[in-house]
Amino acid sequence: MKRLIPRLLLAPAIGTLFLWMIVPLGMTIYFSLIRYNLMQPDQTGFAGLENFEFFVTDPSFGAAVVNTLLLLGSVILVTVVLGVAIALLIHEPFPGRGIVRVLLISPFFVMPTVNALLWKNMMMNPIYGVLAQVWIFFGAQPVDWLTDHPLFSVIVMVAWQWLPFATLIFMTALQSMDTEQLEAARMDGATYLQQLRYLYLPHLGRSIAVVVMIEMIFLLGVFAEIYTTTAGGPGDASTNVTFLIFKQALLNFDAGVASAGALFAVVLANVASLFLIRLVGKNLDK
Amino acid sequence: MTSRRRSAFSPALALRTVAAWAVALLLFFPLAWLFLTAFKTELQAIAVPPQLIFAPTLENFHEVQERSDYLLYAKNSVITSVLSTVLGLLLAAPAAYAMAFHRGKFTRDILMWMLSTKMMPAVGALVPIYVLAQKSHLLDTQLALIIVFAMSNLPIMVWMLYSHFKDIPPEILEAARMDGTTLWQEVRLVLLPLGMGGIASTGLLCLVLSWNEAFWSLNLSAAKAGTLATLIASYSSPEGLFWAKLSAASLMAIAPIVVFGWFSQKQLVQGLTFGAVK
Repeated sequence: MKRLIPRLLLAPAIGTLFLWMIVPLGMTIYFSLIRYNLMQPDQTGFAGLENFEFFVTDPSFGAAVVNTLLLLGSVILVTVVLGVAIALLIHEPFPGRGIVRVLLISPFFVMPTVNALLWKNMMMNPIYGVLAQVWIFFGAQPVDWLTDHPLFSVIVMVAWQWLPFATLIFMTALQSMDTEQLEAARMDGATYLQQLRYLYLPHLGRSIAVVVMIEMIFLLGVFAEIYTTTAGGPGDASTNVTFLIFKQALLNFDAGVASAGALFAVVLANVASLFLIRLVGKNLDK
Repeated sequence: MTSRRRSAFSPALALRTVAAWAVALLLFFPLAWLFLTAFKTELQAIAVPPQLIFAPTLENFHEVQERSDYLLYAKNSVITSVLSTVLGLLLAAPAAYAMAFHRGKFTRDILMWMLSTKMMPAVGALVPIYVLAQKSHLLDTQLALIIVFAMSNLPIMVWMLYSHFKDIPPEILEAARMDGTTLWQEVRLVLLPLGMGGIASTGLLCLVLSWNEAFWSLNLSAAKAGTLATLIASYSSPEGLFWAKLSAASLMAIAPIVVFGWFSQKQLVQGLTFGAVK
C-alpha cells in the first residue's frame, strides 16, 4: 500500500512520456532505414544506411551543424553576459525600478513568429527599417541585414527574446545574496571588480548553469525565426539542423532522409546536453 | 532588500537610474515600435523618415479580423494553451508529488530521463507525429495540439513542481500522516495550500510556452485549429508590404500573453528556475 500509491501517481506521467518518446523514436528509426519519399511512392524497400549517407553528404549539412552551434553558442554567451550585467545594474533600488523590470521582461512573452517578423520588417528592412534610418542619420550606408548577415540577424532576434529570461533569473539569484559579506568586502575596500570576481560571479554560478541548460534545450530547436525570416537562406547561410530536417521532410517530401537527419539531431542534442544535465542535475539533487 | 537611507542626490544613483532606463527602453523599443505601427496607415508605416506624430487609426484591426478571422485563431490559442496546461498539470502534479514525498531508489534517474526526452528536438519527432496525426484524423484539430503541447511541456512541468514540492518541509506531511490523514486529506490540507505557488508558476510558464509555440502549430494545424502563431506566420509571405496590418495582427497576438506575463512575472521567476535559484 505504501509503495503502491506513489507508483500509481507516477504511472500516468511516465507512461505518456514514454510513449511520447518511444513511438516517434521507433518510427523515426524505421523510416530512416527505408526508402520513403512521399513524391515517389513507387520506390520502397530497405535502404540500409543510404538515407544517413544522403543526409550527411548533403552540401548543406556541414553549414547547418556549424550554424546550429554558432547560434547556440552566441545566444548563450550574449544572454549570460548581458543578463548578468543588467541584473547587477538593476539589483539595487532606483526610481522606476518596477517599470524597468516590466519593460525588460516583455520580449520573453513575444511569440517567435512575431519576434521574427517585427525584426525583419520594422527593424532590419534596408530601406524603411528603423536601423536603416539610424544608419542614415549617422551618415552610414544602411545594411541589408537579412541578406548580408542572415545568421547574425537570427542571433539578434533570438538573443533579444532570451535576454529577459537570463536577466530575470540572475536578478532573482542576486536577491538571495549575503549582504553582510558584501558590506564587509566594501568596508575592507574591495573594488567593484573584486566584488564581482569573488562574490557576485561565484554566487551566480548555479543560476548561470540553469540558464545555460534551459536555453540549450530551447535553442537547439530554433525554428520559427528562421522559417519566417530567411527560410534558411540565402543559400545555407542561416540553415540550422532543425530547419534542414524540416526542409527534407516537408519541402523535399523525403521522410526517409528527414528521419535520418532527425536521428542525427537527437544524437547532437544528447551529446551537447549530456555533461550539462549531469552538472545541473547534481546541483538540483539537494 | 535593505532599504538603506540615501542622500537626496547621489551621482552614482543618478547614473545607475539613467543607465537602467536607457537599457530598458532600448530593449523594449521594438515592441513600442510595433505598437505605434499598428495604429498607422500603410503609408505612414513605411514613411521615411519614420513618423512619430500621426493621427492613430483603428482601421488595421478591422482589416485583420476581416481578412482571416482573428477571433477564430485567438479562440484556438486560448483553448489549446489552457487545456494543454491543465492536462500537463494533471499528469505532472501527481508524479511530482510522488517523487518529492515518496522518494524511491530511481527517483533521480526518472527525473533525468524525463528531462532527456526534452532533449529530443521537436523536429526529430515531426515525421512520425505528422503521420500518426494524419492516420488518426487528428491533423488540424485542437486535440492534437493540446496533446503535443502537454507532452512537450511535461518534463519541465514535472521538474518545476518537483522542486517546489521538495521545498515543503516533510515534517509537516509526516505530522499529518501521524495524525492519520488519508491521502486525499494530505493533498487537500497540506500539499495544495503549501504548493499552490509552485503549481501556479508552473501553469503560468506552460501557458506562455504553449501560447507562443510555433513549430507544432505550423506543422500540425491549418485553417481550422491554427493558433495565433500560425496566423502571424501567414503574414510572412511576400505579398507586398502590409506592415501596419501585420503590426496590428501581431499586437493582437501578443498583447494577451504579454499583459498576462506582466502581472504574473513574480510567480514566473520563481517557477522558471526549477526552484534551483532562490
